[in-house]
Amino acid sequence: MQKIVGGAIARKGATSLRNEIVETGAGVASREELKWRLYRKMVQIRRVEESLLQLFSRGLLFGTVHTCIGQEVCGVGVTQALDPSRDVVWSNHRGHGHYLSFTGDLQGLISEILGKAGGACGGIGGSQHLHNHNIYTNGILGGILPCAAGCAFAEKYKETGGVVAVFFGDGAMGEGIIYETLNIASLWRLPMLLIMEDNGYAQSTPKAFEHSGDISRRAESFSIPITRLVANEVAIVWETAARMIKEIREDQRPQLLALETYRLAPHSKGDDNRDPQELAAHWEADPLKHHREELVAEDGNRLEQLEQEVSEEVQHCIDAAISDKPMETARFLKYVDQG
Amino acid sequence: MTYLENLNQSLRELLETTTDVIIFGEDIMDPYGGAFKVTRGLQRDFPQRVLTTPISEAALTGLATGMSLRGLRPILEIMFGDFTSLCMDQILNHASKFRIMYNDQVKVPITIRTPMGGGRGYGPTHSQSIEKLFFGIPDIRVVAPCIFCEPGRLLTQAVLDDRPVVFVEHKLLYPVELMTADGPGVHVENHLDISGYPISVVRNYSSGKPDVSLFTYGGMTRFLPSILSRLAQEELKIVACVPSLIKPLPTDFMGDIAAAAGRVVIAEEGTGQWGWGAELSARFQELLFNKLSKPIRRIAALQTIIPASKTLELAVLPSAENIEQALLEMVE
Repeated sequence: MQKIVGGAIARKGATSLRNEIVETGAGVASREELKWRLYRKMVQIRRVEESLLQLFSRGLLFGTVHTCIGQEVCGVGVTQALDPSRDVVWSNHRGHGHYLSFTGDLQGLISEILGKAGGACGGIGGSQHLHNHNIYTNGILGGILPCAAGCAFAEKYKETGGVVAVFFGDGAMGEGIIYETLNIASLWRLPMLLIMEDNGYAQSTPKAFEHSGDISRRAESFSIPITRLVANEVAIVWETAARMIKEIREDQRPQLLALETYRLAPHSKGDDNRDPQELAAHWEADPLKHHREELVAEDGNRLEQLEQEVSEEVQHCIDAAISDKPMETARFLKYVDQG
Repeated sequence: MTYLENLNQSLRELLETTTDVIIFGEDIMDPYGGAFKVTRGLQRDFPQRVLTTPISEAALTGLATGMSLRGLRPILEIMFGDFTSLCMDQILNHASKFRIMYNDQVKVPITIRTPMGGGRGYGPTHSQSIEKLFFGIPDIRVVAPCIFCEPGRLLTQAVLDDRPVVFVEHKLLYPVELMTADGPGVHVENHLDISGYPISVVRNYSSGKPDVSLFTYGGMTRFLPSILSRLAQEELKIVACVPSLIKPLPTDFMGDIAAAAGRVVIAEEGTGQWGWGAELSARFQELLFNKLSKPIRRIAALQTIIPASKTLELAVLPSAENIEQALLEMVE
């Protein structure tokens, strides 16, 4: 059995090496199987988030959601290259995809967003504040980076071999705390994979109005190696992340993965002022679409069955979440300070 | 033993007896040993666990939080209390939120040590007592060591506390000799509040009912031995109640002492409006309506910035004379 981990910058066509055995975060798999697994993760995230937007319009979702529709490749490609037993993930306000891909906790995510007791955090955190085992998310831009660095310090100190992956967007690059953290992460050689998902917009504001220079290159001045990738092919993102994670584990120093991506859905719900033509062109180039076409060509029946399964499991979890109850207020009151 | 020696000794003991304590902050590398020398000698002896850092208070606070989520008990030194405003988002929107928003699945045992306080002519941005900024944040604790119980023991308790703790030291207390037992004309007792933190009760009389109760914390306690012994000569019985956990407040314990005296003076070094004394007064009003014979009197810094000039600084910050005067006026 030949193991292939990473390799040089993954190239287009890597996915055609069908029968090689690859080491994934969750164990070994044939490259062929990995491809189906990655697609399944992506389509599951897409179905969940489409459903969340529908639930919102039907008045069944209280609060807000920030979907990663169009960006699934990033979260799935990276988290599937991590080892969930020892690696740690930090994510941001747009974290459903990272959470779902890393943990597989479909019911916990949906119930949490619907504010129910069965949610990952009992409905207290909601969409932007998720936790399960080794993943943490928070809704303050940039602020998660030093928290992630602290985790990386701890894993290094405890010699667990764990790597901490932290996702942030181009918009967050306006926050000063990111640069404080890049400096310390490099200075102290912390085992961190920094993933910048550059979707070109900070909420409604195009990048050109937000940033000077090339934001991905800012890490260079901290001597942090940078890998840039257009995040269209999930297998390539996976392979690149796997290589970087292996290097970070061995070298105990941070690296930055700059992923160029595009958010197809609005920032949160209906708030989209982007040029319809621009949007239409990107919908045409939806990464999920060409991954799907590739799998249709390989085994249309299997694909149909997979998608059917995913739709059913998502619907099942939504039904269960809708019939679940919110946490009893009396239980929450234990969190009130006494004195 | 001085306040500073006691803190330094406890930090050393924590490093010797645990493996999960990490100490970090700006300029704490030996031989410098920190701006106020609280960590002196520690980096030399524990170089892997005592780390000098870049000047990045916000990120350092997040680092502490991340460490604590993964099983460590970090102690972060912020060189001046004034700089804790730079830690604010990490305390407010990260460290203090995680335990509850993740439904008790994590704990965040961080300790942020910092010296507050004026009296050294450092001017508007290096002299403040701004712990009030943290009083309104749920699920964190604010602890202020005074001279009547060992600050080092209190620090150990803060480090072992599973909640985030802001540990407010006072610059002027560092060289002060502790008074953990009775001093000349002053009786010191230490009790434990419901959270297990000590409350010092200091009296200038040995029997009978107090005339006035005084509530204060931290650096202000440097004034108490002399105030209390002077007022004893005037046969004024004073009970001073000094909680070390200053947020959340052990109000029941404090309320009993206030009720026994019937007259209350509250003293703090920070500005008075929206402060510790304001909250405590409100709580006493709720607990003790009709049981106080005089309006509550608050002593605090004037509501302005702290000027550098010695004369002006003295005019702005609360003094021993201010407190003594207020106590005397309560019985006029």
